[in-house]
Amino acid sequence: MLEIKNLTASIEDKTILNGIDLVVPDGEIHAIMGPNGAGKSTLSYVLSGREGYEVTGGSVLFNGQDLLAMEPEARAAAGVFLAFQYPIELPGVGNANFIRTAVNAVRKARGEAEMDTVAFLKEARAAIKRLSMPEDMLKRNVNVGFSGGEKKRNEILQMALLQPSLALLDETDSGLDIDALRIVADGVNAARGPNFSALVITHYQRLLDHIVPDRVHVLAGGRIVRSGGPDLALELEAHGYAGLEAA
Amino acid sequence: MSDLAFLDRVDLASVMEHPHRRAALDAFRTAGFPNRRDEAWHFTDLKARMRDFDWTPPGDQAALMLPDLSLPCAVLRDGVWDAASSRPAPFMSRLVRNEVLPAGANSLVALNVALGQDGVDIALRDAEVGGTVMVVAQARANAQPITPRYRVVLGAGASLTLIEVAQGSGAYVHDPVWDITLGTGARLEHYRLQDDSVQSVHVATVFVTMAEGAHYNGFTLATGASLARSEFHVALTGAHGDVQLNAAQLLTGRQHGDVTTVIAHRAPHCSSRQTVKSVIDGMARGVFQGRIEVDRIAQKTDGYQMNQALLLSPDAEIDSKPELEIFADDVKCSHGATIGALDPEQIFYLRSRGIDEAQGRAMLIRAFLTEALEPIGESVARPIFEAAIDEWWRRAAL
Repeated sequence: MLEIKNLTASIEDKTILNGIDLVVPDGEIHAIMGPNGAGKSTLSYVLSGREGYEVTGGSVLFNGQDLLAMEPEARAAAGVFLAFQYPIELPGVGNANFIRTAVNAVRKARGEAEMDTVAFLKEARAAIKRLSMPEDMLKRNVNVGFSGGEKKRNEILQMALLQPSLALLDETDSGLDIDALRIVADGVNAARGPNFSALVITHYQRLLDHIVPDRVHVLAGGRIVRSGGPDLALELEAHGYAGLEAA
Repeated sequence: MSDLAFLDRVDLASVMEHPHRRAALDAFRTAGFPNRRDEAWHFTDLKARMRDFDWTPPGDQAALMLPDLSLPCAVLRDGVWDAASSRPAPFMSRLVRNEVLPAGANSLVALNVALGQDGVDIALRDAEVGGTVMVVAQARANAQPITPRYRVVLGAGASLTLIEVAQGSGAYVHDPVWDITLGTGARLEHYRLQDDSVQSVHVATVFVTMAEGAHYNGFTLATGASLARSEFHVALTGAHGDVQLNAAQLLTGRQHGDVTTVIAHRAPHCSSRQTVKSVIDGMARGVFQGRIEVDRIAQKTDGYQMNQALLLSPDAEIDSKPELEIFADDVKCSHGATIGALDPEQIFYLRSRGIDEAQGRAMLIRAFLTEALEPIGESVARPIFEAAIDEWWRRAAL
């Protein structure tokens, strides 16, 4: 369970998060929607531990642990996964090697046995098939020469293999055509279960047609200004974000 | 101490017997080792390094292992042809140094001519297919410079892959000179591993003269020596010549590595491509100087030069000096440089996947090095080059 209490954060002395309160129980998928500049990406970066963001107040508990005190790799080992809005290219690093290293780093940190190459490739190929992705995705260098859609699908592949208990999807729908969107959504829906929760951060409602959230929160001006059921997303789609900042 | 004091201990009797060697010795004495006052050596002060060089070899030196490759090979030990270890191809032989070879204006080439140790002669007839051969120069601590000479002549349409390995132990000065002549349409792949001992000084000079349609693909991986310089002079003298001159240098501790190239386009429609990658750690310093000269008649020249340096510590340094000298009006020449530390975005991406910072850094440096080996593809020599990278890696403790 993720519990965010009165979280405030700034970048270079500019306050971006202004007192966020949010609870995501195990097994639930929550959507965070909001206009540009509302702090959506900042929230995902603060939760995943990226440098450059200063937490100025509040707390984040993840399964009872103080998430903000942990290094990014420890958060990953604890089960947090960030699907990047702009996945990073790693020239010279093979995708299979990268994902296997990550899986083994996480397994090691959890006290589990590492996977050998054969076992890993078997699992990776099965995941690729399940997600209708091209098999050469494993052979290429990480995200190098990938289209926007391929990069996002590669994030979902990593998520499928790392098996996080909390996924943060940062505008994973941006730049995706409808087929890629469906593959990404299928990946998230396949992970659904009592031990998986997610924060789906999006500007538009269309991803939520495919990943139906348990709750929808509206982030504006660095705080949650409204929360509701899946219908809230439709309402926002119809009426826009105007006027919410004042709410 | 004078940088030339070592000459007092060298037996110069044989030098004096040959007028051209005597002349070369005089030329070297006059010029001395190059220093910062020579423009071409502005970033590499060899004279200063030689002033305190330890010329005293220990009495008992361990034998060196040869790289295990089932290829025709010529082996030089301390600059002397080793008949027992060499398994030369029919077109390879010992180069006897009593003939006159050009000394030129370069004092290190003059030193090579003066002291004139053995060398290797490689001569392929027109259209001869030489396959892959190897030249190994091994050296141990030595009271005088090791000065082998290599002559490679490929006839029209001939082809060869030449793997050169320099390695050793203890303090010595390795001053090899290469004279490479490629006939019309000849193709030479020249993969060089400079893995001389970390106490040594390595100063190689490579001359390449290319006829019409010839192809030279030179790749140097430099991991060794306390001070190293690979200096190339490539002359494209016939149309449609094509030269690739790539290098990767890995430097740590107080190593100093220098790659200097001069590519002279003296005929039209030639292309030259250069990528030099440096990984610099500790207090090491890298240098890349690349000059492209384009003669008036060398229209349609296509020249490209790229310098990529990864600086892994705050004290690491790279000096980069591109020079384009263009006298033709219809040419395409470009150069670029990327110099920096590891990308924090890449590190964070890896950490967000559970890979800690140390392992993430190692992966990214490895990736840079793997890319650096691209010019040699899947050559049979690849394992030797990868082993040298591993060895450097252990030394740098990254």
